[in-house]
Amino acid sequence: MKRLSLLSLVLAVSSTWAGAQTITIATVNNPDMVTMQSLTPEFNKKYPGINVKWVVLPENELRQKITLDVASGAGSFDLATVGVYEVPIWAKNGWLTSLTPLFRQNPTIASAYKLNDVLPSVRSALTVNGQLYAVPFYAESSMTFYNRDLFRAAGLTMPQNPTWQQLQTFAAKIHKPASGVYGICLRGLPGWGENMAFITTMVNTFGGRWFDQNWQAQLNTPAWKNALTFYVNTLKQYGPPGATSNGFTENLTLMSQGKCGMWVDATVAAGFLSDPGSSKITKSVGFANAPVGPGTPRGSNWFWSWNLAIPKSTKQQDAAFKFLTWATSPEYISLVARTKGTWAAVPPGTRTSTYNNANYKKAAGAFSGLVLSSINRADVTKPTKDPVPYTGIQYVSIPQFQALGTQVGQYMAGALSGQTSIDQALKQGQDAANRIAKEGGYQK
Amino acid sequence: MTTAPSVPVTATHAPPAPKRGIRLTPAALIWPAMLYLILTTQVPFFMTVYYSFFRYNLVDPSSRPFIGLANYQNLLTDPQNLRILLNTVVLAGGTLILTLVIGGALALLLNREFLGRALLRTLLISSFLVMPIVTAVIWKNMLLSPTSGFFAWVSQSLGLTPIDWLGQAPMLSVIMMITWEWTPFAALILLTGLQSLPDDQIEAARLDGASPWQEFQHIVLPHWMQAIQVVVLMETIALLQVYGEIYGSTSGGPGIATTNLPYFIYQKAFAEYNIGLASAAGVLTVIFTNILAVYLLKLISRRASSQGG
Repeated sequence: MKRLSLLSLVLAVSSTWAGAQTITIATVNNPDMVTMQSLTPEFNKKYPGINVKWVVLPENELRQKITLDVASGAGSFDLATVGVYEVPIWAKNGWLTSLTPLFRQNPTIASAYKLNDVLPSVRSALTVNGQLYAVPFYAESSMTFYNRDLFRAAGLTMPQNPTWQQLQTFAAKIHKPASGVYGICLRGLPGWGENMAFITTMVNTFGGRWFDQNWQAQLNTPAWKNALTFYVNTLKQYGPPGATSNGFTENLTLMSQGKCGMWVDATVAAGFLSDPGSSKITKSVGFANAPVGPGTPRGSNWFWSWNLAIPKSTKQQDAAFKFLTWATSPEYISLVARTKGTWAAVPPGTRTSTYNNANYKKAAGAFSGLVLSSINRADVTKPTKDPVPYTGIQYVSIPQFQALGTQVGQYMAGALSGQTSIDQALKQGQDAANRIAKEGGYQK
Repeated sequence: MTTAPSVPVTATHAPPAPKRGIRLTPAALIWPAMLYLILTTQVPFFMTVYYSFFRYNLVDPSSRPFIGLANYQNLLTDPQNLRILLNTVVLAGGTLILTLVIGGALALLLNREFLGRALLRTLLISSFLVMPIVTAVIWKNMLLSPTSGFFAWVSQSLGLTPIDWLGQAPMLSVIMMITWEWTPFAALILLTGLQSLPDDQIEAARLDGASPWQEFQHIVLPHWMQAIQVVVLMETIALLQVYGEIYGSTSGGPGIATTNLPYFIYQKAFAEYNIGLASAAGVLTVIFTNILAVYLLKLISRRASSQGG
């Protein structure tokens, strides 16, 4: 017995000598990241000495876990999947490792990685004071998906640049709940990255904004009321039941089962809806730009990217850097195309080379142009009709927005389910926004 | 909160002292355990009290000023928080009443001799052993979902429109879920209480010509009081802390319809990273729970004694 334990101790020591490292990666359970997780063996072929442990959670839970871990310096994660909203804030807090020196120290990795190939707008969103703090895994905007079969049956055609009013008219004609077909599916699940991302783009294009130049909350303005009334009415009359439980994933399921006439959501869904492995409507899915409202075309489509970043608290910086550069490299993108059997399934929105690739154009031609133009059009510095003191289209770039967005998201869900009136929900939201602006020291 | 029981030091006959060695009194032997208890229960609580006097938000690591009672003031002046307190009471109270009624009925049924009683008792307890989060996920997706749930299928088969349970009747849905979990607990405790009821008392009542209702009212119920007390106390303390079921089903919504105190604290601490405010809410919750438990105990024991139990 004693000998056995001694033996295992020796083995344990020798294995750490051999340089076997384990890195823990936290990521979202979106299909693209699940693919990344399943391709871990391919990573190990390239770097056999690094074991990878995964923590895969839904978006809301993952955010909480990573924020808590990084803020308290617990150091559970060597690599974290971080949204474009958090990167500049966390970089300023000193929570992330700057990647610029790491690229400089690893010239072989850097030359294969081709940082200049990453779309400039995405790169600049992840750069603080000339230092790059994260690299994009995929980037997205929002757009309109529709079911061409259902449109044909109702005798409708979707314009390339629809308005919200048109979408509502279409939804009314398609909606047949008795046969399990709903006019339009939209996000209703509370969360600043769930329903609030979507509702904020609606508010923007209806001419509203979160704060004015003096950080006074603007939720009591007619623009918010019009947008929210429109949203609640449309979803109540022509949406699926139980919309308050539907986030991105639930709506993707509904849409790919052919249960929705239309869906306005992340461009990244275009690939999933075109993938025969996960969608029943590959033949009939159609694409259009995100709808605009009566206020302004600005801020009608969001900009978001999921990125890989290395927390300051990691002790495995080099191994983490190797994984980060592997999972966001051109080589990885072609690997996904090979394993999935279609170029339409590769992580979109990050590299010029992806969009110049003839295979990608052939496979994703139906939507790739729309996605690229939506991402390029999305301007985080001019998100609204009237000037605002913040950047970000579907979020406000202050650390307190997670709290605010989640709270207001709950109030909006309350209005959608009829628990509260629209006026009540907006009043609650207005008070919360003003409280946050005061507590954060933004209101002078 | 636990209070350490005072340990009476009994005079023991000292064993013949070894030549070299340390003499330990029993009190000193108690200390390691006491120290462990103090470290694991009291220190975190006092840390919580300490944090509640600071503006401490994780997303703003630059400053952590002492702000006195501002966190408490913030909590007590926000009218929305009254609703959260009410939710907590409605959730715990509603579930408690339902589990007592259904559990009591089940206990009366199980108190008879019939074939397979032991098996049925074992089966009955199973829903109590399901984890809260599992309960929530199963109920949300397989029972309550308006598009794919069992209840929706039943109402569609009957030609009715399915109800969006979690959207339209969120509190009722959560109460149903937790009642389903806690009924076996109440039933088992009440069954134990019933089984200690002497048969001769029942027989005597029947000989005197008592109706079944009178029998229940004057013989069974007074005898049951002690068991009911146990159920009320244990369930109240447990139900005030319901969290997993809410997290997994409604996330406290829609709006704040199902946000109770523990879920509220979770939101402040883990969704808004506001450690100061969450700590203050935690301290207030401890005070509130203690008051409620003491009051409940008093109420029940007074009722029991007036019943001549």
